Amino acid sequence: MTEHYTLRVNGRDHEVDGAWLGESLLYVLRDRLGLPGSKSGCEQGECGSCSVLVDGGLVCSCLVLAASAVGQEITTVEALGGPHDAMSVVQEAFVSEGGVQCGFCTPGLVMAVHDLLVRNPEPTDLDVREAISGNLCRCTGYGRVLAAVRAAVGAGGVAGAAGAAGAAGAGGRSE
Amino acid sequence: MTDTATRTRARPRNRLGDSAARPDGIAKTKGQFAFTSDLWAEGLLWGRTLRSPHASARIRSVDVSPAWRIPGVLAVVTAEDVPGSPTYGLDEPDQPVFATDVIRYAGEPIAAVAADHPETARRAMEAILVDYEPTDGVYDADAAFDAPPVHPNGNVFRHIRLRHGDPSATGPVVVEGTYEVGMQDQAFMGPEAGLAIPSEDGGVELFISTQWLHVDRDQVAACLALPADKVRLTLGGVGGAFGAREDVSLQVHVCLLALKTGRPVRMVYSREESFHGHVHRHPARIWMRHHANADGTLVKIEGRVVLDGGAYQSTSGHVLGNATCFATGPYVVPNVVLDGYAVRTNNPPCGAMRGFGAVQACFAHESQMDKLAAACGLDPVEVRLRNAMGHGDRLATGQVVDGVLPTRECIEAAAALALPPPAHDDWMARPGGAGRTTEAADVRRGIGYAAGFKNLMYAEGADDYSTASCRLRDGYAVVTCAAAEVGQGFVTLAGQIARDVLGIDDVTVAPADTVTIGSAGSSSASRQTWMSGGAVEAACIAVRQKVLDAVAARTGGTGLALVDGRIVSEDGSVDIAVADAAPGVEFEATEEFHHRPTSPLDENGQGDAHVSLAVVCQRAVVDVDVELGLVRVVQMAVGQDVGRALNPLSVQGQIEGGTAQGVGLAVMEEIVLDHGRIRNPSFTDYLIPTALDMPEVVATLIEQPEPGAPFGAKGVGEGPTLSSHAAIVAAIRDASGIDVNRCPVRPQDLALAARPSRAPGGSEGGGA
Repeated sequence: MTEHYTLRVNGRDHEVDGAWLGESLLYVLRDRLGLPGSKSGCEQGECGSCSVLVDGGLVCSCLVLAASAVGQEITTVEALGGPHDAMSVVQEAFVSEGGVQCGFCTPGLVMAVHDLLVRNPEPTDLDVREAISGNLCRCTGYGRVLAAVRAAVGAGGVAGAAGAAGAAGAGGRSE
Repeated sequence: MTDTATRTRARPRNRLGDSAARPDGIAKTKGQFAFTSDLWAEGLLWGRTLRSPHASARIRSVDVSPAWRIPGVLAVVTAEDVPGSPTYGLDEPDQPVFATDVIRYAGEPIAAVAADHPETARRAMEAILVDYEPTDGVYDADAAFDAPPVHPNGNVFRHIRLRHGDPSATGPVVVEGTYEVGMQDQAFMGPEAGLAIPSEDGGVELFISTQWLHVDRDQVAACLALPADKVRLTLGGVGGAFGAREDVSLQVHVCLLALKTGRPVRMVYSREESFHGHVHRHPARIWMRHHANADGTLVKIEGRVVLDGGAYQSTSGHVLGNATCFATGPYVVPNVVLDGYAVRTNNPPCGAMRGFGAVQACFAHESQMDKLAAACGLDPVEVRLRNAMGHGDRLATGQVVDGVLPTRECIEAAAALALPPPAHDDWMARPGGAGRTTEAADVRRGIGYAAGFKNLMYAEGADDYSTASCRLRDGYAVVTCAAAEVGQGFVTLAGQIARDVLGIDDVTVAPADTVTIGSAGSSSASRQTWMSGGAVEAACIAVRQKVLDAVAARTGGTGLALVDGRIVSEDGSVDIAVADAAPGVEFEATEEFHHRPTSPLDENGQGDAHVSLAVVCQRAVVDVDVELGLVRVVQMAVGQDVGRALNPLSVQGQIEGGTAQGVGLAVMEEIVLDHGRIRNPSFTDYLIPTALDMPEVVATLIEQPEPGAPFGAKGVGEGPTLSSHAAIVAAIRDASGIDVNRCPVRPQDLALAARPSRAPGGSEGGGA
């Protein structure tokens, strides 16, 4: 029941060896590939803490079998921003607007907001609330998260992001 | 923005009173912050717990041999393997590490396994054979009094008899009611996690998500029969807490597995296990009778508070202390007759959750204040203002409020905030949202108010001190404190304090552990800003004095002071930056901070039991579809007593987040039990507010510095959770005209109450 396969994550091929085929993409990312940025909060696709992009589409990686993602382009929170402390516009807005408290939901929220702003650079308040309604946060009550999204939109959204190339599947719009 | 000269001269926004940025914010947004569940060690094994499916049973036998036969299993442990104390507990060690012969709640641990893959651990856990003999349990708190004892310690954890003033006093206006609050889960996002690594000296190192490292250490050491210094705890990244990490969960289990296997073991609960693995907010049944004069002023409050503590004691006694001490609300009442009980049942253990007893009490006293307003023909705001408690008034416990308690100001502030615009045409903005269930004509809007108050810090004689140290060298400071950063922002505040006191910009807050520093007490009871903030301030002040003394000795300067980051003498002959004060010399100080002493409650529930109090008032606006029983919370307006806002952005985050948990308690969140079994242990079935459920939250901070508090600041974490649920239910009553007496309000509480006149057989109308 174990297999060897290759996953393309954040623009790089990763060999997965001796893995049980029942492992989720979230588990393989976190415990086999050393990419623990995506979090495991419910293992049922309800909390969104494990959100990643697979071929440009936002998914809960806890609900995706890793072996089924072979040949697809996987983008995790680790690909956003730049080296060291360099952040994407969205990440910067989460920090400056107080959108981060315990931070467990933050990587998933950052991914969801990136995905939103790629698809819709000027979302309404309802667009934003819908886009992040699959991401549970227990600390913030979402007020500062919504403020962070507004700030990110004001700062150019994903078009202004430093290292969002991997995330901007459809290409950021320049303004 | 283009004026670079002014930009470079601007003072960095990182001192007290500034909305300083979190030092861990960048790592958290980049996925680089190490939560405990992210930690890894060479040779890592995965741990898993076997739990009872029965709430009340005898264990005839446990056969672990099938688990051992599964390849990849390296340890299976049961009660027989616990070398030290077989039980633990914060106040009373009544909770077994593993059950032996008796099961007292569904989810009680029986065994734990360690394996080389998490799936192998799960299979091994399921392979263990337990022969149960189910027994009759106690599932209703009121039935617990006369039921056979669930535990040798009996079924009443604590009874508080509170008598204040004249028990025979009466008033011309009398209102009464019985109110219920459901069991709420803290539902932090990062499930319980621990990584245990055996040490060469026979001890163990534990990286853990907790609220109080030192008390975890003491309980783990007792169960492992190890001296405290051989159990070394380090705080891993904590994904929220809200009270659920005060008690031991997996700490002993994961350490035992590491010691048994000689290898690092990581345990991370699934969401389902998390629902079983920590205490919840106590369900409450509260009867109250208010006596008042015709003008609405209170004469007497009578009440009976019953909290269901579940199978083990945890902090039930203290939760009851708050539920009883604050049962009369932030109002002046000369005569009080109250009895509070926390009882043991076969339901899941209950303990700390944000608001800690005062939340349940608030639902009852605020429901009563609205009834009183109606009986006296008064506005809900007016009846609260007429009774508002403030400085110099007496609590129901007889204690005089000698600090700041701006009840009136909080009520007026909440009432003064702008109301939201009327409901508009968008389906999504109506009750039922995207379900498109509610016609615009069926939407009824309601407004409700609630005020609540609570103590800060531990009470009734506890000395919950904190410890901090500061090291300063060449203008760079390291602050060490074991206060658990659980998301609330203590690490931000500690840096702000150090920069403020020392006049420098370069401060690091060291990791929290049990080796380098003494106890900081728990990150609970809205206490860390005051207690650990006070300890950090004291340590930094001591270091500042050492620096000033050193400069005075070297320069002969007199009247030295630290001003704007420079050490200056009275006559101006000395003027040097802190960084240049003593090159290469390290200044260090460690300080303990204690709050003023408090007293236990006497046999009448009287005594100076509380250090300080904080009050809040919330106004809720809701839209209700009465026929379908659907509610949308439209706006929450908050007036909160904060003493002084040391980090306004953090305060705002606490108010919004705490209010969200109240929104959940009001209309969404309840652990549903069936004979003690949790029927909804998942985020599919236990619903917490999403971004689409949360309304706008507007707030006014009432800043009146608290005498005796470091920086005049009060803890702000619990305030917004005290009264939001009660305000929302009041607004639902206002919209629907239905006398709802429980929260959360379920659709049937409205829909079925609204329809009895149409039901065949013509049953009586009225509240649920």
